[in-house]
Amino acid sequence: MEDLLSSLVRGLGLGGLYALLGVSFVIIYRATGVINFATPALMILGAFFTGSFGNAIGLPFWLSVLLGMAVMAVIGMIIERVALRPMVGRPAFSAATVTVGVFIILLIVGGRLIGSELLTVNDPFGLNTVNVFGATLFSVDIARFIIALVAIGVVGLFLTRSRTGLAMRATASDQETSLAQGINVGRMFGLSWGIAAAMAALAGALLTAGSSGIETTVALVALKALPVIILGGLDSIKGSVVAGIIIGIAESLTRTYQPIYAPWLGANFDVIVPYLIMIIVLMVRPYGLFGTKEVVRV
Amino acid sequence: MSNATASSHRTTRGRPQLFTSYAQETAIFNTRVKRNWVLVGILVMIVLPFFMQRDMVALITTVFIFAIGGIGLNLLTGYAGQVSLGQAFFLGVGAYTAAVLGGESRSGVIGLGWDMAIWLPLAGLVPALIALVLAPLAMRVRGLYLAILTLGLVFIGEHIFKEAKPITGGAGVGRAPADPVFLGFDLFANQTILGYRIDRFTIFYLACFVIFVVMAFAAKNFARSRFGRSFAAVRDRDIAAEVMGVSLLRTKTLAFVISSFYAGIAGALLSIVIGRISPETWNIFLSIDFLAVIFIGGLATISGSIMGAIFVVLLPKLVNALTPLIPGFGGVGEGGILNVFELQSIIFGLLIILFLILEPRGLYGLWLRLRNYFKAWPFSY
Repeated sequence: MEDLLSSLVRGLGLGGLYALLGVSFVIIYRATGVINFATPALMILGAFFTGSFGNAIGLPFWLSVLLGMAVMAVIGMIIERVALRPMVGRPAFSAATVTVGVFIILLIVGGRLIGSELLTVNDPFGLNTVNVFGATLFSVDIARFIIALVAIGVVGLFLTRSRTGLAMRATASDQETSLAQGINVGRMFGLSWGIAAAMAALAGALLTAGSSGIETTVALVALKALPVIILGGLDSIKGSVVAGIIIGIAESLTRTYQPIYAPWLGANFDVIVPYLIMIIVLMVRPYGLFGTKEVVRV
Repeated sequence: MSNATASSHRTTRGRPQLFTSYAQETAIFNTRVKRNWVLVGILVMIVLPFFMQRDMVALITTVFIFAIGGIGLNLLTGYAGQVSLGQAFFLGVGAYTAAVLGGESRSGVIGLGWDMAIWLPLAGLVPALIALVLAPLAMRVRGLYLAILTLGLVFIGEHIFKEAKPITGGAGVGRAPADPVFLGFDLFANQTILGYRIDRFTIFYLACFVIFVVMAFAAKNFARSRFGRSFAAVRDRDIAAEVMGVSLLRTKTLAFVISSFYAGIAGALLSIVIGRISPETWNIFLSIDFLAVIFIGGLATISGSIMGAIFVVLLPKLVNALTPLIPGFGGVGEGGILNVFELQSIIFGLLIILFLILEPRGLYGLWLRLRNYFKAWPFSY
């Protein structure tokens, strides 16, 4: 029972991270129709900047996370302007391949910046635990979940309530019409990249918090958000929250129980659970739980 | 009979663009110049290894192997328009099929020690079979969904490779690859032929070159066949193609299967060049390499895939040679701005971006521009 409770909470923490990364993918996909394969590298760079504000300058964790997100938002906008803007109007998979190139470059830059030592972010959680009903819960998991939900909530409010958010949604639904209504579509693309990069940075900071430090190779964790957005639907923020939590909990439960009940599946089987879920989802519902079915005209 | 007449008065001298029949225009070599240059190229490539250093011979062998895998991916992504990040998985399956059938049984790994004449075709057929099983699933999704699905395949494959210890040796350990003994003739051992002693790298180079040439011509021929043209139709407008009677399921499945066959062969040969294969070899970055081969080389061209393979394989070597000339770069450790490996990767990423933005047709497009410039020379139009 204690095992179940603590792995559920760990799953929620993981789910929060996946939801953040999923939202990062979804925002760019909705605006530009591109899947941003550079997200893992953005996440690592975000963790690096948060870490440097926290460790080198000694700012409090909250402030350094916000600053890290701001820096990454600027970097995201620059990437969009330099590498992605020229690809407007070209096939989506060409643009997605450009983000693969961006991924390689940023990953190397991140690896160089982090260096050979483990990266930490000077967070207040550490390995603190709380006891609930006899189960030992890591406070970082609870914090991850709550912070992720708050951040996604803020983005959701921004998109639904603000004037700019309305413009972004208009751009997502029809670029040419938005242009005709006087919306600066290019700026909306940049803004989407900025928000997405900031979300990835937050995910990076939360991933590093509560661990004993991360290396660049951890970046590939962010790709697990791809199954999340497949499950939730590529264009649904609500979907990526729900799917993030489902996949986070599924992965966490597998990590707890698979070594006991199905050891023949091998060590670290939990790592590929998201991908297996994705394959099953694609068999049953190719457009995810909340995604819009694509309508094609000849 | 009409074909014979058409070929008897092939291209008129001085008017290479004049085609008098459809068959003539769609021939593999539609101009005499093209055919002659390819023949010269083949001859040069056969003679070349005898005048080169060992590591260079091995490197160009890798170019052939990357070209085989690249051609396979180009049939799927370039011709049929189905983006796949799963090439590394199929390379891995091919490599392990070859290793199990053709390798030695040693320290807990299975190896049957069969002849290359058996394991080489099977190294292509087994991945093709797996692709056939996966195809109905992959064909349900389009575009970027397929890219994500195949990405998942690479991660799941890596896990299976790490866990299937009797086949792969397990994570971090790895196993020896297949022995390239073709009908009793060892292709990876020093041999004496007609009194001449030939280096084992040269022998394997020639073997890979022959396989590469056969597979490149097969692909070139396939692309102009009925199926090849249906690939292009599906890529350009899948629904319109379906309306015209091209079966989407069959065409996409065929593309997936053929692509995996090429990947399997490439994987089997690559494992021999690498020497010892560990499950971590077949990761997402290998898939990205192959994606770079076709995007830098040029989508939907066979010669483009070859140029891309040359570029992707030789680029690190070139960077290695050039970095000492630039102050601040180079070195293998932490010193300097970037070390050689980092510089290679960054240039690699940069080139993918630059080619996609500036010349979407890739190196093949650059070649077309160059050719057209000199065709019209000294006029600029």
